[in-house]
Amino acid sequence: MLNYIIRRVLYAIPILIGVNLLTFVLFFVVNTPDDMARMQLGIKRVTPEAIAKWKAERGYDRPLLYSAQASGAAKVTDTIFFQKSVALFAFRFGRADDGRDIAHEITTRMGPSLAIAVPVFILGLFVYLNLALLMAFFRATYVDFWGVVTCVVLMSISSLFYIIGGQFLVSKLWHLVPISGYGGGIDTFKFLALPVVVGVVSAAGANARWYRTIFLEEIGKDYVRTARAKGLSEARVLFRHVLQNAMIPILTGVVVVIPLLFLGGLITESFFGIPGLGSYTIDAINSQDFAVVRSMVFLGSVLYIVGLILTDISYTLVDPRVRLE
Amino acid sequence: MVRSLTILALALAISGCGSSAWNNPYPAREAGANVLYSAFTERPKHLDPVQSYSSNEIIFTAQIYEPPLQYHYLRRPYALIPLAAAKMPEAQYYDRKGRRLPADADPGAIAFTVYEIAIRPGVRYQPHPALARDRNGKFLYHQLGPRELARVFKLGDFPETGSRELVADDYVFQVKRLAHPRLHSPIFGLMADYIAGLKEYADTLKKAASALPKGGYLDLNRYPLEGVQAVDRYTYRIRIKGKYPQFMYWLAMPFFAPIPWEAERFYAQPGLAEKNINLDWYPVGTGPYLLSENDPNRVMVLTRNPNYHGETYPADGEPADARAGLLKDAGKPLPFIEQVVFSRDKESIPRWNKFLQGYYDASGIGSDTFDQAVQFSGQGEAAVSEAMKGRGIRLETAVALSTYYMGFNMLDPVVGGLSERARKLRQAISIAVDYEEYVSIFANGRGIPAQGPIAPGIFGYRDGKEGVNPVAYDWVDGKPRRKPIEAAKKLLAEAGYPDGIDAKTGAPLVLYFDATARSAEDKPALDWMRKQYQKLNIQLVVRATDYNRFQDKIRKGNAQIFEWGWHADYPDPENFLFLLHGPQRKVGNDGENAANYDNPEFNRLFERMKNMDNGPEREAIIDRMVAILREDAPWLWGFHPKDYALYHAWIGNVKPNKLSYNNLKYQRIDAALREERRRDWNQPLLWPALLGLAAFVASIVPAVIVYRRRERSAAK
Repeated sequence: MLNYIIRRVLYAIPILIGVNLLTFVLFFVVNTPDDMARMQLGIKRVTPEAIAKWKAERGYDRPLLYSAQASGAAKVTDTIFFQKSVALFAFRFGRADDGRDIAHEITTRMGPSLAIAVPVFILGLFVYLNLALLMAFFRATYVDFWGVVTCVVLMSISSLFYIIGGQFLVSKLWHLVPISGYGGGIDTFKFLALPVVVGVVSAAGANARWYRTIFLEEIGKDYVRTARAKGLSEARVLFRHVLQNAMIPILTGVVVVIPLLFLGGLITESFFGIPGLGSYTIDAINSQDFAVVRSMVFLGSVLYIVGLILTDISYTLVDPRVRLE
Repeated sequence: MVRSLTILALALAISGCGSSAWNNPYPAREAGANVLYSAFTERPKHLDPVQSYSSNEIIFTAQIYEPPLQYHYLRRPYALIPLAAAKMPEAQYYDRKGRRLPADADPGAIAFTVYEIAIRPGVRYQPHPALARDRNGKFLYHQLGPRELARVFKLGDFPETGSRELVADDYVFQVKRLAHPRLHSPIFGLMADYIAGLKEYADTLKKAASALPKGGYLDLNRYPLEGVQAVDRYTYRIRIKGKYPQFMYWLAMPFFAPIPWEAERFYAQPGLAEKNINLDWYPVGTGPYLLSENDPNRVMVLTRNPNYHGETYPADGEPADARAGLLKDAGKPLPFIEQVVFSRDKESIPRWNKFLQGYYDASGIGSDTFDQAVQFSGQGEAAVSEAMKGRGIRLETAVALSTYYMGFNMLDPVVGGLSERARKLRQAISIAVDYEEYVSIFANGRGIPAQGPIAPGIFGYRDGKEGVNPVAYDWVDGKPRRKPIEAAKKLLAEAGYPDGIDAKTGAPLVLYFDATARSAEDKPALDWMRKQYQKLNIQLVVRATDYNRFQDKIRKGNAQIFEWGWHADYPDPENFLFLLHGPQRKVGNDGENAANYDNPEFNRLFERMKNMDNGPEREAIIDRMVAILREDAPWLWGFHPKDYALYHAWIGNVKPNKLSYNNLKYQRIDAALREERRRDWNQPLLWPALLGLAAFVASIVPAVIVYRRRERSAAK
């Protein structure tokens, strides 16, 4: 297994270079270093000298991808792309365009992102699996039919609607929790209750329907018939046998997102005033802060790759037939 | 799992219970406290007064830092008064030989102006670790080693703080910082043209910095600045090249606030910047508030500075101020509020709802909530809606010192230039584009159609008949009325485009409008603009682009017609008229004159007017300049926006001041009233949630019954 993991990590390097290059090209197609300088220095009274100074200080006065004036390897290394990318692979994110340390921001903001993402993930998984098993249990009855209809309706509604609707009902009309904000200690619960419920409900349709499909496929198999023939209760059949055997497709979708929980949710964090990494990324995009954007994209890619490796490993844990070689 | 859920429910109940409402986003200990609650949407980039220039930054820095001057809170027109200064400085004029000139000397004869500024003795800095000393007078935290640094993550981790008296050298130090090679002061370019020796000083510092190891401390005290010197402990002198009366206004901005050298020395220590501990993040000032919590991702808290010197509430203002109860606190020591909590709320919906629930004390009005908040009387007077009135919410309005205009690129071969043909074309468009309608539709009536570039409240702005732009308006029944479209069509025909057709080529007249369209919401305004040009049978092609591309086009002169705006830095007509001064055009000179307008007569008058003191002579010159502009019509004058803001009944001493930002010290809160109202407005309504829960349980019951039945039947 170790060889497999090492191989996967090595495969990740060209992927990460590719992601980095793509982010770089996409960003600089839309923004020039001069645009970035103007955005940071403000709109009024920005002189060409101030722009040149800003770029020089941050290394944006180099060519983007290829330095024709340089000689030898410097043609490639004396570029913005190379200089900014190399440090990323050592997880040195550097400073945001406003001068603040990105690594410090990431570690500070990871907590609030996890505070909302982890409960949504765990509670969501619990709810979706149970709903799916319920529909599978009552397959071909009115419960199953209306369950699927409800799932399709829930899937069809924008997540923004859940957020605004939730804030309107629970906070504005019923006055049960704050509309937005984030606090430490025990106050965290009252701020997170609504975003967590909204997070769970907004994804309930798609997930419950997907798990139902998986369970229905399993339910038709011979071992289920055997289990029933042995006189096991339906609940025991579903929770002990079907659930366990449906784990591979479930893990495929679930484990891969675990590392990404660190990155938080872009819209949820903005609307609920959660100072997490999703909110940080949105701010960086709006303020054309390339240093933060590339760091967050890089981090996202790394976490995604980690998630895929974890998924593969998890297969070996739930299915002894799987070997990673 | 059940246990976890029970704990969660208990925690929720505990955190929700107590004397405050369940939806109260603030800690229960703040109930009834003398705290003002506000929101901010964008995190500030700079809190260092030498770099900070945005309105979302100055709302913090203006409460913390004290420049020598400030604007009077209540007087209008806006008037400068001393803040840290003991009295208003007087300009002293000198000729090239250093001889003193009289106050009314010819500006051309003035080689230097000297401002001698005396500051108040006894003013002290807020407590700060940079100023902490041990018993022997040695600084406690100026030689930080790795051990001390390992325990520090934020400024509050330094256990000791200190303070000292404000001295004139601190102001001198700050002016030097404008030229610091590692800082980006947006006004350095401008000030280097005026403050004697500042440009050369920047070169000296640059050389000195390059000789230092990377990140080494650049001690500005070792390098004197020719034009700025301390005369004694409480007096300093600034020498300006020529005459620049507007310099006084700059003295009211945080760029000229004092910085103790100890702070710069402290923050320059290796290891602190990596922890975001720097002057851009943790200010140190003498103002009424200090930044006690700095988490720009969530909350920024200003707390009363315990060392504040005790300014008092103004005793005079406009006649209406006394009637409005704005002078009741005259002579009382400031500030009235103990703490100001700014919560970050990026989205308008939560922000608005929190204001309605009483969790923000004031609010702006978005276009989506305008009808809910404001209604207009038959006379067109804006007032709060009945719903708002019922909650005791009041509306304050003020015309901003801003202008939104549509500019013509004067370098463009069709709409630009000073030829009669192009001038008449621009004049025709000036009549056709109906800004009264624009303000009504797209700004909910919040604006005044402009008659020229100068905003109301600024010297040189004229009201009434004499202030009307005769090119686009007639004076009818005591008010301006836009000229009929026929007048525009006549001008268009005289320009060589009868009915929108080029008389020479027979081709329809097509013009290009560069706009920064950000979303689908901008489409109606762009469609409206097309229709305005359509009145003259001119085809307007909208070239919507992002702001970067737009700026690029303007800089290179590739736009034909564009929209832009300006917010004044200070209340002087020069700060508006320079936007059309030829030598400050964008193309070639990178100035602020985006239209690239260059009229020799206007330029000559501008050069004369800019250095004059306000008076009849200056006013006459401004009148002439505005008349030239109206005739040349390089801009459609657009409108001056009106700011509307809502305030709850418990916040007092509020008078909108569009130039000064250090106003929180004047405001007052009735915390008991706020607490009472919050309780009334936010009673938790549990029954819908319980009903929903009951409905959910009821829907589960048949399923449980069916399950049991199946299980039993299976057992049979």
